[in-house]
Amino acid sequence: MNPARPGAEKFDSPLLQLDKATLRFGGLAAVSDLDLSLGRNELVGLIGPNGAGKTSAFNLITGVYPPSGGSILFDGRPMANRKPHQIARAGIARTFQNIRLFASMTVFDNVRTAARLHCPRGVRNALWRGRSFRDGEKEISGQVMELLEIFQLGKFHAAAATSLSYGDQRRLEIIRALATKPKLLLLDEPAAGMNATEKAELMRLIQFIKDRFQVSILLVEHDMKVVMGICERIVVLDYGMKIAEGTPAEIRAHPKVIEAYLGD
Amino acid sequence: MNIRHAKTFLLGALALGFLVSVAASHFNSYWLFITYDIAINVILAVSLNLINGYTGQFSLGHAGFMAVGAYTAAVITNQFGDLNPFAAGAVFSGALLAGGALAAGAGLLVGIPTLRLRGDYLAIVTLGFGEIIRVIFQNMQGVGGARGLSVAHGWTDFFWAFGAAAAAVYVVAALVHSTYGRGFLAVRDDEVAASAMGINPVRYKVTAFVVGAFFAGVAGGLYAHSKQFITPGGFNFMQSVSIVVMVILGGMGNTVGVILAAVLLTLLPEFLRPIAEYRMILYSLLLVVLMLARPQGLFTFRKQGDAK
Repeated sequence: MNPARPGAEKFDSPLLQLDKATLRFGGLAAVSDLDLSLGRNELVGLIGPNGAGKTSAFNLITGVYPPSGGSILFDGRPMANRKPHQIARAGIARTFQNIRLFASMTVFDNVRTAARLHCPRGVRNALWRGRSFRDGEKEISGQVMELLEIFQLGKFHAAAATSLSYGDQRRLEIIRALATKPKLLLLDEPAAGMNATEKAELMRLIQFIKDRFQVSILLVEHDMKVVMGICERIVVLDYGMKIAEGTPAEIRAHPKVIEAYLGD
Repeated sequence: MNIRHAKTFLLGALALGFLVSVAASHFNSYWLFITYDIAINVILAVSLNLINGYTGQFSLGHAGFMAVGAYTAAVITNQFGDLNPFAAGAVFSGALLAGGALAAGAGLLVGIPTLRLRGDYLAIVTLGFGEIIRVIFQNMQGVGGARGLSVAHGWTDFFWAFGAAAAAVYVVAALVHSTYGRGFLAVRDDEVAASAMGINPVRYKVTAFVVGAFFAGVAGGLYAHSKQFITPGGFNFMQSVSIVVMVILGGMGNTVGVILAAVLLTLLPEFLRPIAEYRMILYSLLLVVLMLARPQGLFTFRKQGDAK
């Protein structure tokens, strides 16, 4: 896997740009008029109280729900009304708040399934099993094992994904997302359920991923210490609306943020 | 199943099938016909396993696909009189493929509602679809309606039956045991996560339905030319259920297990024949006991997740 993405720096335009993106369920606006922009190789945190619309914003970006209004540009291309798999192919990968690994598969197969994205060999190839099929499978195996080794999960490659420890399952989910070679990685509460040591480890891991794979990361997180510790910029949501944006220091002192978190 | 030697397996099975069919006159014809039933049920079970087991789309309409293949193949071969063995082979293979192709077309039609439905709802829709097909044939006077259709040629023999079974096993195993094929399992395990990894769930589901239906159609053609008489009633809901039972008993998504279950469930009623009218009671009881004792499938020995 080549960590450097040549040409990625040529563009000055933001990688992801949400312009007045809105998601309405009936009368309820889960996300309203959200403006958000994310540069290349930038690490941005998205925070807010429970039910503020953070995961809804993720579902909007990844196409789980089509937006009710506004536009979403990724790499200069419109993403609204595209299907989730098309958005994944465009270069947005994600993890889930509640871990969603492929439960019947091994660690290796979980990653291999995602790695297929860039080696689209189909039915005929699988049936004929000729030379190009075997070479392709070998290439994918190599990529998968390399990824697993980077995150020290290589020795578990043949184990059932669900047999891993909780922290390792979270890591495997991140590896699976990276296997699609994304330009943008969305992490949905990766620190949920982790203890202090695991959280410190996770912060190092996220920083490492950003540097090693040259990806932009949008991080939804409840844990302030994690968000404040690694994010360059933070966006705060409350009731589906953006109430503040700035550096960790600015956010910490922002009156609206303090009000949203502590109540009045 | 070790997929590395899959092509060798396919050729070996074809050669063995040919040898046995040459020597067929030396075998007891009662048991020979039962081996055809075994092969037909293996095709049905393995192909349904791709839909129900690997892709997780609960379908109760497999008998409908089988009916499409059976009637199509029978109507085609009935156009011909006595033929020399080579011409017969050509006509028969063409008829089987045509039956499979038409069934695959039906599978495509059924595949479309699966884009929106899942679980129980999908089961009900596929059940309804199977019944619609049965009722259509029942009211088509050109193919005998409810009285049934005589099939002029008894061309199904060991070679055709087991050759087709080997092909079905090969296709399903080769599809699933590839990076491409992991997509079927991913769709079954977690559709949302699968699509977030760039997998198009619609493509995979429709592919499973089309491939599964194709082989059900081929099995129908073999069935028609083995029994030489088909009625719409033979492709009813119970027939679909009995194929589902084979898949569940063998272990969803376990090709070897499903093959063994198909063999077992074809032979069991035959061995129970001496006790006449009690045999279906015993058969049902056995199913209940087996399901209670081995809910993961009779032939699934590895833990879930270890599956290769």
